Amino acid sequence: MVEESMSTSVLPATDSAVAIRRRAWREFKDRLAKYGVAMGGMSVIFAIVLIFFYLLYVVFPLFYGADIEQHAEFNLESQNVQHLTLNEYNDIGSMLTMQGKVRFFNANNGQTILEPRLPVPAESTITSFSKGASSTGVFAYGLNDGRVLVFKQDYKISYPQGNTRKITPIISYPMGEDALVLDSQAQPLTLLSVQSNDEQTTLVGLTQDKRLVLKRFEREQDFMDEELFTIKQKTAEILLDNRDTQTHLQLDIDQRELYVVNDKGFISYFDISNSDAPRLIQKIKAVPSGIDITALEFLTGGISILAGRSDGQIDQWFPVRDDNNNYTLHNVRSFNNQTAPITTIAPEYSRKGFLALDTSGQLGVYHTTAHRTLLIEPLVEPGHALMAISPRANGLITMTDDGQTKLAYIDNEHPEVSWHSLWEKVWYESRDKPEYIWQSSSASNDFEPKFSLSPLTFGTLKAAFYAMMVAVPLAIMGAIYAAYFMSPRMRTIVKPTIEIMEALPTVILGFLAGLWLAPLVEGNLPGVFSIMIMMPIMIVLTAWAWTKLPATLKERIPDGWEAAILIPVVIAVGVLSMLASPTLELWLFDGNMPKWLTDMGIGFDQRNSLVVGMVMGFAVIPTIFSITEDAIFGVPKHLTIGSLALGATPWQTLTRVVLLTASPGIFSAVMIGLGRAVGETMIVLMATGNTPIMDFNIFEGFRALSANIAVEMPEAEVASTHYRVLFLAALVLFMATFIFNTIAEVVRQRLRNKYSSL
Amino acid sequence: MTNKSFSSWYKSGSPWVWLNAGAVSISLVMVVGLLLLIAVRGLSHFWPADVMALSYQEPGGEAITLIGEAIDTEEVSALRLKSTGVDLPEGQASAQRHLLKVGNRDYFGLDFRWVNGPWMGEISYPTDIVAIERREWGNFYGYLTQVKQQHEVVADGDNAWQELQTRLIRSNDLVAQAKKIEKKDIGEINHGLEQLRLEQRRLQLAGVPEGAIQYQEIEQERKQWDVRYSDLQQKLFDLNTALNRDQIMVRMSDGREVEIPLAKIVEVIKPNAMSVWDKLGFYGHAVWKFVSGEPREANTEGGIFPAIFGTVMMVMIMAVLVTPFGVIAAVYLKEYATQGPIIRLIRIAVNNLAGVPSIVYGVFGLGFFVYFIGGNIDDLFFSAKLPAPTFGTPGLMWASLTLAILTVPVVIVATEEGLSRIPRAIREGSLALGATKAETLWRTVLPMAAPAMMTGLILAVARAAGEVAPLMMVGVVKLAPALAVDTIAPYLHLDRQFMHLGFHIYDVGFQSPNVEAARPLVYATALLLVLIIIVLNLAAISIRNRLRENFKASES
Repeated sequence: MVEESMSTSVLPATDSAVAIRRRAWREFKDRLAKYGVAMGGMSVIFAIVLIFFYLLYVVFPLFYGADIEQHAEFNLESQNVQHLTLNEYNDIGSMLTMQGKVRFFNANNGQTILEPRLPVPAESTITSFSKGASSTGVFAYGLNDGRVLVFKQDYKISYPQGNTRKITPIISYPMGEDALVLDSQAQPLTLLSVQSNDEQTTLVGLTQDKRLVLKRFEREQDFMDEELFTIKQKTAEILLDNRDTQTHLQLDIDQRELYVVNDKGFISYFDISNSDAPRLIQKIKAVPSGIDITALEFLTGGISILAGRSDGQIDQWFPVRDDNNNYTLHNVRSFNNQTAPITTIAPEYSRKGFLALDTSGQLGVYHTTAHRTLLIEPLVEPGHALMAISPRANGLITMTDDGQTKLAYIDNEHPEVSWHSLWEKVWYESRDKPEYIWQSSSASNDFEPKFSLSPLTFGTLKAAFYAMMVAVPLAIMGAIYAAYFMSPRMRTIVKPTIEIMEALPTVILGFLAGLWLAPLVEGNLPGVFSIMIMMPIMIVLTAWAWTKLPATLKERIPDGWEAAILIPVVIAVGVLSMLASPTLELWLFDGNMPKWLTDMGIGFDQRNSLVVGMVMGFAVIPTIFSITEDAIFGVPKHLTIGSLALGATPWQTLTRVVLLTASPGIFSAVMIGLGRAVGETMIVLMATGNTPIMDFNIFEGFRALSANIAVEMPEAEVASTHYRVLFLAALVLFMATFIFNTIAEVVRQRLRNKYSSL
Repeated sequence: MTNKSFSSWYKSGSPWVWLNAGAVSISLVMVVGLLLLIAVRGLSHFWPADVMALSYQEPGGEAITLIGEAIDTEEVSALRLKSTGVDLPEGQASAQRHLLKVGNRDYFGLDFRWVNGPWMGEISYPTDIVAIERREWGNFYGYLTQVKQQHEVVADGDNAWQELQTRLIRSNDLVAQAKKIEKKDIGEINHGLEQLRLEQRRLQLAGVPEGAIQYQEIEQERKQWDVRYSDLQQKLFDLNTALNRDQIMVRMSDGREVEIPLAKIVEVIKPNAMSVWDKLGFYGHAVWKFVSGEPREANTEGGIFPAIFGTVMMVMIMAVLVTPFGVIAAVYLKEYATQGPIIRLIRIAVNNLAGVPSIVYGVFGLGFFVYFIGGNIDDLFFSAKLPAPTFGTPGLMWASLTLAILTVPVVIVATEEGLSRIPRAIREGSLALGATKAETLWRTVLPMAAPAMMTGLILAVARAAGEVAPLMMVGVVKLAPALAVDTIAPYLHLDRQFMHLGFHIYDVGFQSPNVEAARPLVYATALLLVLIIIVLNLAAISIRNRLRENFKASES
């Protein structure tokens, strides 16, 4: 029978060549589809997962330590070398000796490039040496007759043959080739410090008879002629305690402060901004007895000093202003990863990091703001050694006393970031106390970037908190009503409205918040609070009045339409509150509530958290509403019917049965709403002042993580620390929302299983 | 008695029910109120409001005349008024204050002026006030006195109005011609020259020695372009001379008479002389100008066509990208993958990605698409153009891709839901008839799930159209010099930056120098965006509802 029907079929026989070929082809297509879909599906999923890994990939380099790689080693024949430098491209080094010799050499092999002769007067000998701030390239030799020779080292870059760079070292004399008289009594200078810029040059020297002599040369430009200028000299003298032996002398780059260190471990801090009358501000014992200060350097910017100690610890000090505007030195942070006496400290040129070398030959790489030790590694033979870092902080040259010289490359891209600098209070330079600050960039070159994510995270949480304060009660109560009491016909109106509410672009909400609501709230603040207070009261009163209405009227409107009855009440309360606002303001707040608040000590911004809370609450309501409504609506009917049959009122059934069963669902709704509030960008960007302050005041603004990313990301330089920190902020947001959502999702899945088992 | 019944009423939980109902009412009032607010403010922007003339006397000053549109009125308490220097008579707690748009920014400094009610004198609506929409400096209000040609009076008094209308048509025509030359013809020449420069650079990169025949050919071509360019320059110059022929004299509210060249005028109306029907006609015309025109004056005036176009282009490209990938991923998850803990985990992850903040996608798009992929594309294919980036900079393509990744979870979730609603019986029936799995999918399952996919796609599009935060990083600009589609090959320029409605709102509302003047335009833009999104969402909702009905029918 089957055979028969087959043979009469119009199709080819099952075993015919055509049919076999066709079957094979179909099978092939089937397999193709299978693998194609699998491939496509997995690649889409992979692409989604990629987001997380890409963010991680960008963020990760922030937490690498430093790395050092030795590049060249050679011996330089020389004695008594006092100072080393390395140029920007790590190819030319220079050394300065106590004999007044300068030698520029190829940093890769030690070949001499240039050996200029300094005009050291033949009759004098060099007794001291000083270097100005590294970025200026200024040096000075102190002579045995109280005179000083100031000179400057620079590099000229030219491109004689197209693309090949040629660097020529130059020595110049900003104060002329003649030695300057520092000590009028012509005593030998045992210690010297120099700083020089285009406007002025300051020299401070310690004479053999322990007088501190100071001389400042101010250059006064003629307004008419650029070539013409006069130099004004100012001198001062400070008598020091005769019993002390001074070991270090340091002038800051702005020539306002002077630090003197003695062999008993005291730091004396002088204010020399008025060079006629230097003033001792503080003399402080900086180290315990038995320990010496073995190295003293300024951190770039000239605000902090770094004191290297004989026990290997390095202390950072800077002057801190107290309430009476007096400055005192504070030991702000210490690094104690090295154990041998510190011989050389080399601060970086443009970041707040530094390198330190100790007598055991260990090198430490540090960053002050982040309080981070990036590397401790043996670099040279034990003993005394000199060290110089290149301006880009990627090269390092060291020389031991016997002339053994090493060039090494440093890989240290992001020292500014650590757990401490991101999340904890950090004591920044020129600040009174440790603080949380976000300030990522500034026009100044030696700026200390402040990458604290705390105020931003705080802003995000503050926004989310106030938004949830508005959204959670409204959304959950609304959802309870919609799922449990509302008439089906009204549901068909309400649900799409809520869905449209969810779809409203946040840029529109943000725009309304910033340009319409914020001024409105500012002008009618008492009205806003009156709405919040009066609304529930009026609703309950309306409900009470409703019960008193004659039954005939009540029956016109069936159960489940209470919400519709209340709409005019809501509108009336809103309008009346707004109308009454000026009167209330006059009665209670002297006619101007924002001003009244400010007088009370509560800060008030026009774009504040109240506005954000209201508008972001509005944005979050639909999310929470829909999920809660689903959860309550999904509670199996036999539970409620059972409860009602046992005589419970609908409200009792709701609170004792329905809400308890649905509570995990409501919890997950809140979590998802929270996730949305945390990540919301446009509303917080437009409706707040975007100032990163940490204050829970509802009348002030904040800066949220998301808005911060939106504002700063387009300007961040690719692969810079700032760029990566912004990626970290994005990663934090991603993780936070992902965790909230995952918890919510897992809870919901369990709830669904529970419902189906009930 | 009453008290007791109140407490028993309270115990019954009834007030709580009402409070819950109140929450719904509040939500409804907020949504509807917000939409109404946008609609009213947005729509009223185009209405040619009457222009009032009023005499205004500040205490101690002389009475002056102000001409302007009434924009806003507010009630201010006496105390606040006092701080601005207004003393109300004893016993009066508050007074009205009106915001007047007085225009003439180039003469008065500000477009807007607050006038205090107590100082206002007589208000009239003279029919001969003209409102002039200018290409620069905003609106102008005053009385037309003369029409001039080459600074010689050709018409004055009542004739001036008629004369102005005919001459305005001519000048607007000339402006359009000049614009066409500037945009299209000169744009082509610039493109041609740029191509030649790139060709030359390519030759250099390929190592062709200097002075080779190819360079001479390029030089030849460049000369041709230069000749065309100077022709066009001449043409433009002639047009501009013709444009500068006519002027009008207008008297301002303070009696000064000023000259306005016709070249600077878009449109002149006499709002007080217009009937309601005239105004309605003008309203339609203004709306059309708004949606089809180009922005002027740092986006605070003119139309928003480029922003509409940019939004539509981006959303369309995104839809093309997101649909196949979303559907394939959903089909894989639902039909092919072995259902187990891993797939469950993936499903949760996909669900959650819909909740990840959009700014995170923007950061990802900027880092991965723009800098990483875009940078590599430039190195490989557009090295002649470097260091000016082609794809290594924010642009239309990256914006679409970023939003595609952002919305793909929406499509996946919706499609999966659609697939899971299809009864097993249908699938099994198809398989029992001998169809392979692929055939079952292609012929029966997917067509049935099509509405679900459609819903997902519409929701994705609605979300993408309203999203701004990520776009700020991957391609949106406040003013795009050219549309992404034009007459120069390859016609669709995916590397170009574009304008977007949502970003337009942010930019004009918060970054523009004259926020007050731009505000009505922002409301109008917001209204347009809201309308687009509501229409899309309603479509999605209705498709979904119909879908549910269909399945109810097929299940029963």
